[in-house]
Amino acid sequence: MAAQLLFFFLATVAVAAALGMLLSRSPVNSALWLVLNFFCIAGLYIVLSATFIGVIQVLVYAGAIMVLFLFVIMLLNLEAPPKLAGIDWARVAGFLVGMALLSQLVYAIAAGFNMTPLAIASSEAMQTGDAAFLAESLFTRYALPLEITALLLLAATVGAVMLAKQRFE
Amino acid sequence: MEVTLNWFLSLSAVLFAIGVLGVLFRRNAIVVFMSVELMLNSVNLTLVALSQSMGDPDGQILVFFVIAVAAAEAAVGLAIVIAIFRSKVTVDITEVNLFRH
Repeated sequence: MAAQLLFFFLATVAVAAALGMLLSRSPVNSALWLVLNFFCIAGLYIVLSATFIGVIQVLVYAGAIMVLFLFVIMLLNLEAPPKLAGIDWARVAGFLVGMALLSQLVYAIAAGFNMTPLAIASSEAMQTGDAAFLAESLFTRYALPLEITALLLLAATVGAVMLAKQRFE
Repeated sequence: MEVTLNWFLSLSAVLFAIGVLGVLFRRNAIVVFMSVELMLNSVNLTLVALSQSMGDPDGQILVFFVIAVAAAEAAVGLAIVIAIFRSKVTVDITEVNLFRH
């Protein structure tokens, strides 16, 4: 029950944040909406008890990749800097309450159509989302792809530096 | 753990569709990149949901690799955006026509 309500809340906020990214005019606003969306998806991974992937999602996506995006936006200096007028807490609270109401509405409609039950197998899922369980096959069966990924990341780093480097002529 | 699989699949379909719309309709190259990231994320959500419902960790390993490749893709893509911005002074993808000349 709690997991269902949490799912509907996170799903509604995720869709709203994706729409915010699509519709906002400034790229900085788009990036911040996308960060909210990534956090919601990380929460959904936790709901699925895939804790390892949830943590990786926050660290790599919401942390590293989005910082890279914001850094490039800052570097290109696309438009006037956004106003730093402080956070309007009334609007934040309004957004959260509105999302909570909308998610409850979706949940009520889904319950009305008898579409909520049927759990995903839980005790197994608890185990397969575990970091130790994943690491076991990652470092035995998938050791070669892991090493190739390391090479790919090295190549990407070198390539990014090559492409973005200032040319001295 | 009491949410049915269909809901996760529907949610990721919606997110994927929003990402496709972003790629098709936005003209800012950086926002187009962000839409691609959104699509990658929705596919990741599908993989994790299916992997957890089948009790098979392989899907989550695939998600791990997808995240690594997405990081590489973002780094190289943004470097290309910077390189184009340096010569064209724009990030509007409709004004970039490198094949014309």
